[in-house]
Amino acid sequence: MYSEKVMDHFKNPRNVGEIENPDGVGEVGNPVCGDIMKIFLKIENNIITDAKFKTFGCGAAIASSSMATELVRGKTLEEAWEVSNKAVAEALEGLPPIKMHCSVLAEEGIHQAINDYRKKHGLELWAEKNPHAHDHSEDLTSDH
Amino acid sequence: MGEKRTIYMDHSATTYTRKEVLEAMIPYFTEHFGNPSSIYGIARDSKKAIDMARVQTAKALGADPDEIYFTSGGSESDNWAIKGVALANRKRGNHLITTQIEHHAVLHTCQFLEKEGFEVTYLPVDQYGLVDPLVLEKAITEKTILISIMYANNEIGTIEPIVELGAIARKHKVYFHTDAVQVIGCIPIDVKAQNIDLLSLSAHKFYGPKGTGALYIKKGVRIDNLIHGGGQERRRRAGTENIAGIVGLGKAIEMATADIPGHNAKIRSMRDRLIKGMLEKIPNARLNGHPEKRLPGNVNVSFEFIEGESMLLWLDDEGICASTGSACTSGSLEPSHVLLATGLPVEISHGSLRLTLGDANMEGDVDFVLEVLPKVVTKLREMSPLYQKSGKEGGCNVQ
Repeated sequence: MYSEKVMDHFKNPRNVGEIENPDGVGEVGNPVCGDIMKIFLKIENNIITDAKFKTFGCGAAIASSSMATELVRGKTLEEAWEVSNKAVAEALEGLPPIKMHCSVLAEEGIHQAINDYRKKHGLELWAEKNPHAHDHSEDLTSDH
Repeated sequence: MGEKRTIYMDHSATTYTRKEVLEAMIPYFTEHFGNPSSIYGIARDSKKAIDMARVQTAKALGADPDEIYFTSGGSESDNWAIKGVALANRKRGNHLITTQIEHHAVLHTCQFLEKEGFEVTYLPVDQYGLVDPLVLEKAITEKTILISIMYANNEIGTIEPIVELGAIARKHKVYFHTDAVQVIGCIPIDVKAQNIDLLSLSAHKFYGPKGTGALYIKKGVRIDNLIHGGGQERRRRAGTENIAGIVGLGKAIEMATADIPGHNAKIRSMRDRLIKGMLEKIPNARLNGHPEKRLPGNVNVSFEFIEGESMLLWLDDEGICASTGSACTSGSLEPSHVLLATGLPVEISHGSLRLTLGDANMEGDVDFVLEVLPKVVTKLREMSPLYQKSGKEGGCNVQ
């Protein structure tokens, strides 16, 4: 069901772990829904010099975290903010439709970590351009 | 790379077809292929074969042969039993009773009937997945026409007190159906002694072919047809018979019920070693289901801080076939309704692993799983933010 790229990033996840004294941290998801991502960023001169993650979740969630951290490394905050969930999914050579929310989670995790940094530095928080319809609490109840 | 062995530990999902069963089936594809409804010689051969399978099935259940109806499998049998009894008895009442832990073939059928004006009570279960007979008795009203309770649960393996539950149904003159899909060959069935009016079974769960099942309908039970058409199965289930499948079911049930205690002893000893090993080697793990009242091959354990699908992917990488109660494999975000009904917290339900042992397994398989699984759990926990939060104290942070 998963692409080779997803399986590669699941089995050999890049950037697993934590950053000591991170400049920005984002934590998204909910254990009740079965996935949580924690993203750690090291930021120097507006550039993401390191990105790491810890994830509780399915294969797609782990692969999305791995790919998202790969994609934002070396980017400016502005560039990293533009890394969309679609870009994560495309870089993984696609995700099954029911797993697209995993890539959304990765985008949100990066955004939250960037805003955490901006908040710490007294900068204005960036607003989500396209707030995702995705909402775990709704998903949980819509099935029944 | 050498050839990787497959360790099949998903016998509750399906089993392989036994060689002897397949051999018994083959002539009914190639030689005795006649339509049993025709009158020439090769048709009579197929008719005779079906009759024999009916006798084999009846014998395994303690029923009369003319109480056995062949179907396409467990789901059809469940649909037929529930819709058929509900529709045929709606003048007597519109109330059905089942449980929260049934297979979806029962649950979704009941939900369908609710839309058609029936009322359904879904009985709760205790932490082990057991239905309380007293709770069943209290739920019965003057309008109750059917009680449907599974013989044993497919996910957590809990064996329900069917004899007691059936006796309550009988006392109140309510029809009693049981989905016995998981128990053929594991528990001796005697429909008369066990107070069962209708019973569903499926051949591919006991080393028979897929696509064939049966419904036992006690003589005198008022039930409508589900499949309308020709006069097959004594005018109760239309459609040209799946002769080879029915022959396979007959042979498979005969073999599966020949030595139940011997078969169980072997499987149970592997199961117990597996459970013990898993709980000893892996911290923050718990057994789901009942410690004793459980199917001989069922292992269902939850590991905190990790998610089931990622566990399955790693096990698959090692050639181990297993399943999980996590949402991520089911297409919805909700984990197993069975685990939730036992009161297991949602986040821990996501980390459940089901291994179901059977004839495909050998002692060495248990050793291999016990070697591989702790490494998989450790690897996933090391990348889990929940594990980090809980530290060494254990316990999920969202209780």
